[in-house]
Amino acid sequence: MHSSTTTPHRSARATRRLLAAAATSAAMIVTLGACSSGGDSGSAEGRGDITIWYSNNENEVTWGKAMVEAWNADNPDEQVKAQEIPAGKSSEEVIGAAITAGNAPCLVFNTAPVAVPQFQKQGGLVDLSSFEDGDSYIEARTGDLSKQYQSEDGKFYQMPWKSNPVMLFYNKDLFAAAGLDPENPALATYDEFLATSRTLVSAGVSQYAINPSATSEFFQSWFDFYPAYAAETNGTLFVEDGEATFNSEEGVAVGEFWKTVYAENLAGKEKYTGDSFADGLAAMASAGPWAVSVYKDVVNWGAVPFPSSAGTDPASAYTFSDAKNVGMFTACKNQATAWDVLKFATSEEQDGQLLELTGQMPLRQDLPAVYPDYFAANPAYEQFGDQASRTVEVPQVNNSVAAWQAFRDTWTKSVIAGEGDVTDAFDAAADKVNELIAKP
Amino acid sequence: MSTPTVSPGSVTPSPAARPAKPGGGGPRRGRRRQLLGRNPLGLVLSAPYLLFVLLVFAYPLVFAFYMSFHDYFFAAPGAVVDRPFVGLANFQEVLSDPAIVRSFGNVGIFLLINVPLTVVLSLVLATALNKIVRARTFLRVSFYVPYVTASVAVVVVWLFLFNSNGLINQILGPLAPDPAWLINPLLAMPTIAIFVTWKQMGFFILLYLAALQNVSDELYEAAATDGAGKIRMFFSITVPGVRPATVLVLLLATVTGANLFTEPYLLTGGGGPNGASSSPVLIMYQRGIEQGEPGIAAAIGVILVIGVLILAFIQRKVAGGDES
Repeated sequence: MHSSTTTPHRSARATRRLLAAAATSAAMIVTLGACSSGGDSGSAEGRGDITIWYSNNENEVTWGKAMVEAWNADNPDEQVKAQEIPAGKSSEEVIGAAITAGNAPCLVFNTAPVAVPQFQKQGGLVDLSSFEDGDSYIEARTGDLSKQYQSEDGKFYQMPWKSNPVMLFYNKDLFAAAGLDPENPALATYDEFLATSRTLVSAGVSQYAINPSATSEFFQSWFDFYPAYAAETNGTLFVEDGEATFNSEEGVAVGEFWKTVYAENLAGKEKYTGDSFADGLAAMASAGPWAVSVYKDVVNWGAVPFPSSAGTDPASAYTFSDAKNVGMFTACKNQATAWDVLKFATSEEQDGQLLELTGQMPLRQDLPAVYPDYFAANPAYEQFGDQASRTVEVPQVNNSVAAWQAFRDTWTKSVIAGEGDVTDAFDAAADKVNELIAKP
Repeated sequence: MSTPTVSPGSVTPSPAARPAKPGGGGPRRGRRRQLLGRNPLGLVLSAPYLLFVLLVFAYPLVFAFYMSFHDYFFAAPGAVVDRPFVGLANFQEVLSDPAIVRSFGNVGIFLLINVPLTVVLSLVLATALNKIVRARTFLRVSFYVPYVTASVAVVVVWLFLFNSNGLINQILGPLAPDPAWLINPLLAMPTIAIFVTWKQMGFFILLYLAALQNVSDELYEAAATDGAGKIRMFFSITVPGVRPATVLVLLLATVTGANLFTEPYLLTGGGGPNGASSSPVLIMYQRGIEQGEPGIAAAIGVILVIGVLILAFIQRKVAGGDES
């Protein structure tokens, strides 16, 4: 047959042509690759223009623009170009991708502490301690709290910037409607919290007493477990000295407390797409000072610390910081300029502007004493200013996100769904967390 | 009719072996034509698409295989990092992690519900839409709208429909499940499967509508003359007539179903309750992007690709893909 002899030739020719086309394509890839090459590490002495990213939160954008304008006016040779963090599922995902691509900006004013160990492992962060005045500047500004932001090697890969100490917001009108004292709510102990919650729900003023998100994302435990754990333990971190701490008697007490809340339907187990506190679905919420401006004209609110088994004293209560920091990235060519901009953006004046415009607490020691006029004019923020000095942070350990996810998985099963024994579940989770943080 | 035949031993001389024509460029031109073909411009024109396929499909797939055998993580350009070869360790970890194994089981449940439901409903609805005259455009658009609507917007509607106080539970009254649909470990995945079926139905109806245009009316007329009823005609003419489209629908529904991510990410808040609605791709995102373990994520992806290929092969054999 004719075809039987010609097929090998056609096949061979087709293969050769395919290879030729592939070679053409490969040449184009190489050309494109050459065009996009970059990402060389910058220099600690480099000076010149830099790029920064900040959050897309409206108030922070206002602050960021004003800060950049002020810097640029005085530094014509070292201009700052600023933009909001590009959209993505999360800021951390976008920053991680930018590190890998070598096009991260010099500074990101929205770096989550939980992501810092991973960014550091990626080789994406500049060690701020390597600047001559790095450690001294950070320690002088933030005080003892700065230690929580040191990496395991004792260096700073992030500038502690601002915190949102998480407190228990409550709706005074709903409390009054349920016959509770709206000015002095009984919420200091677990027993008081549960009794108050039962009254609220049975009175029918709201479907739930409180409605923290019951979903499985790793960070959700920062708004139910962690503030309560900080209050119960007077400031113990999730991990200390390389070991998980939450399977202690205090940690289990927090778990049992929330398990009761869910078992009695005082909190919802479903995902709610709106703001359950603003919508009146729940009479209490777990939130930081960012919420003050949000709820200002919506809810007649008050705020108290999270409860503990023995009773929480507002003057000494601890909570979760919910901080966002500033990272300097290795792709930055002009790191000396970036360091100066970082110090400018965290100066007393700029911190004051941040406080004024966003209501978020700069991670600066003795906050109420530094800005007495602000707190006098804005009494709603006073307790957050005081609380800001007593916060716990997400520990700076390896595989931090994985560790929190392991804990969240345990929490949703043993506490929210109420399956099994909390002590056993926390012990198993602690073993897993210890294993994860020991991994490089 | 005599056709030129060539004996097996005789081989047509290749252009390169032929004597060069005067002024024809000699052996070099011959070699160039052998390599580039008669129309070298065709290679240049096809190169962008080939480049696209190489960059977007082939390279990531090969690289995913590479990552799955290494302790890989994403690093800044120029960073000195160690990514040692770990053999099958990533696969071992994936297969011994109950949460990941469960996610494969979950997606299996999803496919068992979603794929047959998609094929049956879209074929039945397409057949009905093909027959009706009134409101045809309105109905076609109505079925297609969910497909083109952003998942985020549609998910919010379903959250309202299926929560404990939602419309569905109000209609069901005492028959409403407790816990509600999306937080019920037994019902979360079936609910997602129904949601995805509904959302993608418009696209598959469109495929069947196109296929139905190729089924000759004469076949229906002949069957009617022989006394066949509507149901008999559906099973004896319509179903075999759209078999190529059915193979395509099966394949596409399986591939998109195996890549389930958005719904467990948004509808059940990260694969809840307790991982009952987690999917392999959701865990790939968590492990690869959030937790910085792309090696593990790649191993999950490789297993998923192999699983989907096996399913596609079986479907092709069973549904008669060879005839398409």
